[in-house]
Amino acid sequence: MMLPLFVIIPLGAAFLISLLGKKIEKIPDVLANSATLILLALSLHSFVLVKAYKTLVYKVGGWIPPIGICMVLDGLASFMLITVNLVSFFVAVYSVNYMRRYTDKWKFYTLLMLMLAGMNGIIITGDLFNLFVFLEIASIASYALVAFGTEAEELEASFKYAIMGSVASSFILLGIAMLYSYTSTLNMADMANILTQKSQTGILPFVSVLFLMGFGLKAALVPFHAWLPDAHPSAPAPISAMLSGVLIKVLGVYAMMRIFFNVLGVSQAVSSIIIFLGVVSMLIGVFLALAQWDFKRLLAYHSVSQIGYVILGLGLGTPFGILGGLFHLFNHSVFKSLLFLNSGAVVYALHTRDLQDMSGLRQRMPVTANTNLVASMSIAGIPPFNGFWSKLMIILGCIQTGRFGYALCAVAASLLTLASFMKVQKYAFFGKLNEKWETVKEVPLAMRFSMIGLAVICMAGGILILPVFKPFLQLAVDVLMAGREYAQAVFAAVR
Amino acid sequence: MSAYLLCFILFCIGLYCILRKRNIIKIVIGLGIVEYAVNLFLVLIGYRWRGRAPILAKGREILNMVDPLPQALVLTSIVIGLAITALIVAIAMRIYEKYGTFDITRIRRLKG
Amino acid sequence: MTLIVKTITRLTVGLILLYGIYIVLHGHISPGGGFAGGVIIALSFIHLMLAFGKETALKKLSEARASVMESLGAIMFLSIALLGLLGGYFFFNFFIHKGRPFTLFSAGIIPLCNIAICLKVGAGLFAIFVALVLFKGAKETE
Repeated sequence: MMLPLFVIIPLGAAFLISLLGKKIEKIPDVLANSATLILLALSLHSFVLVKAYKTLVYKVGGWIPPIGICMVLDGLASFMLITVNLVSFFVAVYSVNYMRRYTDKWKFYTLLMLMLAGMNGIIITGDLFNLFVFLEIASIASYALVAFGTEAEELEASFKYAIMGSVASSFILLGIAMLYSYTSTLNMADMANILTQKSQTGILPFVSVLFLMGFGLKAALVPFHAWLPDAHPSAPAPISAMLSGVLIKVLGVYAMMRIFFNVLGVSQAVSSIIIFLGVVSMLIGVFLALAQWDFKRLLAYHSVSQIGYVILGLGLGTPFGILGGLFHLFNHSVFKSLLFLNSGAVVYALHTRDLQDMSGLRQRMPVTANTNLVASMSIAGIPPFNGFWSKLMIILGCIQTGRFGYALCAVAASLLTLASFMKVQKYAFFGKLNEKWETVKEVPLAMRFSMIGLAVICMAGGILILPVFKPFLQLAVDVLMAGREYAQAVFAAVR
Repeated sequence: MSAYLLCFILFCIGLYCILRKRNIIKIVIGLGIVEYAVNLFLVLIGYRWRGRAPILAKGREILNMVDPLPQALVLTSIVIGLAITALIVAIAMRIYEKYGTFDITRIRRLKG
Repeated sequence: MTLIVKTITRLTVGLILLYGIYIVLHGHISPGGGFAGGVIIALSFIHLMLAFGKETALKKLSEARASVMESLGAIMFLSIALLGLLGGYFFFNFFIHKGRPFTLFSAGIIPLCNIAICLKVGAGLFAIFVALVLFKGAKETE
């Protein structure tokens, strides 16, 4: 009953904000923040439901699944819903103050709610073309949001991102068309059943390559990452946090994993390609990040690198590797959003992003500096923060399957990440205060609340991993490990 | 079979246009050709041998129809393509206003 | 535009609008439906703008009113879907008496959805066109 609410509430909020936002001043803020708060409460409730019932299916319109569209809530969907709605709640609170610098705040909130509706729709849908439609909704909203400030560089970045993203969506649609002609159904559970009976060769390798290209571009894997270092710095800071924190994971990693593990079936060749792309992303991302002096561009390159970790963990296919990959996905959402919100706070106070210009900000902006220290230690993998545990699990997963070379690459990338963030800390926050910044003040209350909230979750993720997080992740891991048994679970829950 | 092959060739022509042309507007037209090629492929999948248009009318019995589901999918896809084209053209107009040129080799302020 | 174009436009604009409304309302009987009809309705206003200039067209349908109609169309679609919750499911066809097939008043919520989509698409397409026409660059003179 409450599954469609995840799509209805953001869509309704978006249309109401676009209708009333011009005339009444306070409506966009109030509507958007209440919508994200209700969604966060609903996603925590969905986790309770999944623990009790294992798989829930909602038939849209009352039509039985192979004929109608269904929405499926299982462990993986609940995990992703909590991640997305948590980050979007903090981002919506943060943008109450930050977006005062821009004109037309109601347009920003409309697009943010549309992007959130698209992401929630991708997570809970059980139908392949429905996934494509929600993917397009989220992508088009993000193209418009990247160009929101309409400066010259933001427009150029948004143009590149829009063209590359549209080509990727065309590849995905081509793959969906071929799968439909091969199996004559669009429901993911039904398609999994039919594909287990047909032969494994034929068009399946071609479709796998098309999906790897399409979803790989949305997830910014290495041959397809060229749009990310331009698009993520150019967006306003709360949108950078949403894009880097949740959008590349939901559109890229989640959709790829759902289709490859539960519908198409992961063969040995596909698994090796995924692991190889993950390792290459890890290394190239961190090497390119070492040379950057722009704060947000450095963070964007680190996004490429950390997504490589997630893909490496998920591609291994063992339960321990998938556990590490999913935990790193949650951690990266939290600490990368926190890092981008920090850079937004620095831009709000100083109006510059160049690392060589700022120094000694610790004395004037204590909240920003301390949360940045927490997030940098998390991303570099220092115990007891959450990044350490997830990277450890991925490296142990690699060693368990005998891939020692990849484990060594993971350790090397982690050391280089540590070096890169020590550079950020030294140049931006520690050191002597530059005379230019004598008069800067700390950022307003709403922005501080978001940053402190995310930092608390970073620390809790490291300390509370066994009692709280392991059961939370185990349900998601079980769904992926079950592979095509997903179809049996869905059809059992329909009756 | 040859119809599907021609769809792929159309897709590759559009992809070549996106990759090699230097004018922004030609890149947008190339994107349009790519989208048309995918829509055409999706409609051609629904063809059944000696099928007729899937429209029920009063008093006429149609025994074999082509598949109507890809036609509904293509309708959605055309709307999505329209929205993307409108957005990209608006961005391209503002790029011309800021940079003064349509040549993509000279719109390169973001590097490194 | 020349006199010939203006005369023909005065004759055909109303017919194009009427044809668009026909396609929307008969969406469940013959091909067409909300999106195709909405595009044709938007085309009638664009035709007026192309022939007579933007002041005449904007007097018929200003951009503020187009924006309001677009949001209203979307909210109407969402509320039709929510009303389906009366029957138990989201998007459920909640009309008890579904009518005889092939007549105008049949097929449950489908004609209402078509009207909502026609409002949204028609107003949205016209608003896109107006936004692109009214875009004033920094270098244009007043």
